[in-house]
Amino acid sequence: MADIAVDIAELANRRRLCVRASLSRRHLIERLFRAGGLTAIVIALGLVATLFGMMASKGAPAFMQATLSLDVTFDPAVITVAPPPARAAGQSEADYRAAMLVWQRQVTLANWSAIVETAVRNAAPPGFEIDRRGALALVETNERHRLRDMFVADPGLLGQTVRVDMLASANTDNWLKGTINRALPDSRQQLSRQTRTLADTLLAEGKIRFAFAWHLFTNTDSRSAPAAAGLAGAFVGSLYMMLIVIALAVPIGVASAIYLEEFAPRHRVTDLIEVNINNLAAVPSIVFGLLGAAVFIRYFGLPMSAPVVGGLVLTLMTLPTIIIATRSALRAVPLSLRQAALAVGASPTQTVFHHVLPVTFPAILTSAIIGVAQALGETAPLLLIGMNAFVASIPATPFDQSSALPAQIYLWQGNENRNFFEARTSAAIMVLLGLMITLNALAIFLRTRLERRV
Amino acid sequence: MIPLLVAALLLVLMGIAYTQGFSRSRAIAATGVRLHSRPAYHGSLVAIRCLLPALLVLGLWVLFGPGMTRAFIVAQLPPDVAALDEPAFLTAVRRIEAIASGFGVAGQVQPYEAAAGEAVRRFHTFALLVVMAAAAGVGILGLLAALRRISPTLRARNKVESVVRVLLLACSALAILTTVGIVVSLFNEAFRFFSFVAPADFFFGTVWNPGFATTGTAAIGEYGLLPLLWGTVMIAIIAMLVAIPVGLMTAIYLSQYASARLRNVAKPIVEVLAGIPTIVYGFFALVTVGPFLSDTGAAIGLDIRATSALTAGLVMGIMIIPFVSSLSDDIMRQVPLSLRDGSLGLGATESETIRRVLLPAALPGIVGALLLAISRAIGETMIVVLAAGNSPVLRFNPAEPVSTITVTIVNQLTGDADFAGPQSLVAFALGLTLFVMTLLLNMVALYIVRRFREQYE
Repeated sequence: MADIAVDIAELANRRRLCVRASLSRRHLIERLFRAGGLTAIVIALGLVATLFGMMASKGAPAFMQATLSLDVTFDPAVITVAPPPARAAGQSEADYRAAMLVWQRQVTLANWSAIVETAVRNAAPPGFEIDRRGALALVETNERHRLRDMFVADPGLLGQTVRVDMLASANTDNWLKGTINRALPDSRQQLSRQTRTLADTLLAEGKIRFAFAWHLFTNTDSRSAPAAAGLAGAFVGSLYMMLIVIALAVPIGVASAIYLEEFAPRHRVTDLIEVNINNLAAVPSIVFGLLGAAVFIRYFGLPMSAPVVGGLVLTLMTLPTIIIATRSALRAVPLSLRQAALAVGASPTQTVFHHVLPVTFPAILTSAIIGVAQALGETAPLLLIGMNAFVASIPATPFDQSSALPAQIYLWQGNENRNFFEARTSAAIMVLLGLMITLNALAIFLRTRLERRV
Repeated sequence: MIPLLVAALLLVLMGIAYTQGFSRSRAIAATGVRLHSRPAYHGSLVAIRCLLPALLVLGLWVLFGPGMTRAFIVAQLPPDVAALDEPAFLTAVRRIEAIASGFGVAGQVQPYEAAAGEAVRRFHTFALLVVMAAAAGVGILGLLAALRRISPTLRARNKVESVVRVLLLACSALAILTTVGIVVSLFNEAFRFFSFVAPADFFFGTVWNPGFATTGTAAIGEYGLLPLLWGTVMIAIIAMLVAIPVGLMTAIYLSQYASARLRNVAKPIVEVLAGIPTIVYGFFALVTVGPFLSDTGAAIGLDIRATSALTAGLVMGIMIIPFVSSLSDDIMRQVPLSLRDGSLGLGATESETIRRVLLPAALPGIVGALLLAISRAIGETMIVVLAAGNSPVLRFNPAEPVSTITVTIVNQLTGDADFAGPQSLVAFALGLTLFVMTLLLNMVALYIVRRFREQYE
């Protein structure tokens, strides 16, 4: 008997020693595992930081752009046009517009480049030699059209000298910001030696300064004048699409969630709808683009590149998100609430609309905002319905050709003037991310705010 | 202007109908009779019965109106103009429409044009008045009929509720309709593609070289799917190699080790990665990750291209990290706490508990989650469009540029409205392949996840 007891104690002792001997190794593994987890988190957080840091550092310079302040003389010797036509009595609207167009064409034919050139020469130090092309290369090409527009709007400017802020060309901006390697030989620089020297001189004299690039938000895209390209058209296009998504996806999504969760009898058809919605949520976005191209554009004959098509495609994409979120919100409502309503005689419809739905309102609102934010950043389906086309106007209606914010980013990243457009694309991305963060913050704010009240 | 008028008409009709039904039923109730439904339901029912016929009339006009206007304009044209060839005829019609709209046309106005323009203008006004009057008329008829049916026993609430229920059902049927639309349009166009190219050549071809058909619709070039499929799979594998360890370890650390404070800060930040638009990732890959990889490769003597499968896969992996981590977090949380406590109670260390108890128990669910992540990687477009290099050649070196199914869809379809030739139709065959692949992955994944949930419920 005693022998066995000794044996057991011996065995236990040996096992204890064995465990103790392996402890240090096991603790080492424990520490390594823990360190691995921490590393993973550090990597993930580091990636977020790198991504945002890189966008901010690349994009921030694009918000400040080289701008010239020049004294522009509307020289009557250069602008040789008659005064604008007045509308005669009894003249039809179409005839008056035609006459006005003839006059505007004459104004356009005036040598506006010469006026810009003179303005640049006047700003240069006395005796500075620069040829015509060199002088014009300093200023963005669309500024001469702006001078023309100023004159058309106010023909009284003829003969006057006005100080005008003009955007420097993209190449000048690159040179002054150092986005282009300043040590490159002349043959590989975009600007001539004279223009570069003049740009540096004007910057030193304060005639060129870096001003906030408001036109980034107010201008439309432009190919001939890259420095003046802006996001206005893309903003309006995206706005139309988001309005369509809000107007269609939210009510339809909430309605179908209510039906599936509250009314649908449990049988094969509703099971099918349920499986279907879960699968739709995971269908790649580009397939929705194919659907848009085949159904909305080819079959229904809706216009290419129009926000209405984009809005419809994004609506179909957002629907599953909203349905799934609304359903889980409805499911979270306690059964007692329903039973109380039913017990005092409310019909099932009244129970849902008067009692259950109001409680889920914050969650539905949040999911709607998040769904819209997701739709705002979606790019791939837009490429297939032609929204990556170059459009230089602000769409007046959702049926007009238009761009959208993510499509504009796609277009800009592919621009040949890499040095200039890399910053511009990053700036556009900053704007897009800013919008999305604002929307998500709004969702979080509303959720915490409204949930407290319920 | 006209839509506003129509909307105003409908709103007015609806308002009148609702208030009429409401006050009529209230008047009945005031006599002391018990109504089956409350007055608001009677009002709604009258409004529905008033609006439906009005909407029907307006819908008919939307369907047939433009054709009637067109026929009227053509009837106004003198015979010599009506006999003109197609473009000149269209110009004449457009000029008359411009005169009728009051904008006028530049240049001389022919006498017949002025007369026709005037007639068309009168026709427009007349038609508008007639349609509005008809809509209002049938609306009021519906209203009167509905008002007469108001009685204490009318089950107005049940009727309104069944209308609401039908509307709700119609909304949820839209999801089915979307799927049907996707399947029908993909199959339809893909079959047209297969009339140019044999399915076997498409699915088993190893060369992707679609020529440009300048004339006719002849199939020029070769449409082999395999290079694209391999590119897609290779990038997805690289992405998973990045996302699985980082995502899984993040989930484990955050759910098992991290203090509440760290979790509350780190979890939302990691999830920010999921909300970033993919175009942003694409640009990040193109200007930061690609050059970085290429420089690193050059420093250690490897030839890595800036746009390659490696670049795209790496960035796609970053995109999927939050997807993997939040899904596996969810799933590990469903493993009963008793399993964990039992293991800890026997003296296992935390990492041993996680590796030998928690992970095996959660494995089916995690596999399902990973399948979902893979299907997302396969369908991802913008990152690969920008950073994979678009080179549809069968290559096995991840440092070389590749192309994927999604990239090719974008390349073949952008800027093309009438998909007549195989060059653009192939996008639908590719889309169909992609759709089927992701659908299968999702169904398997959802099945596994559901089975897993049931296991612990």
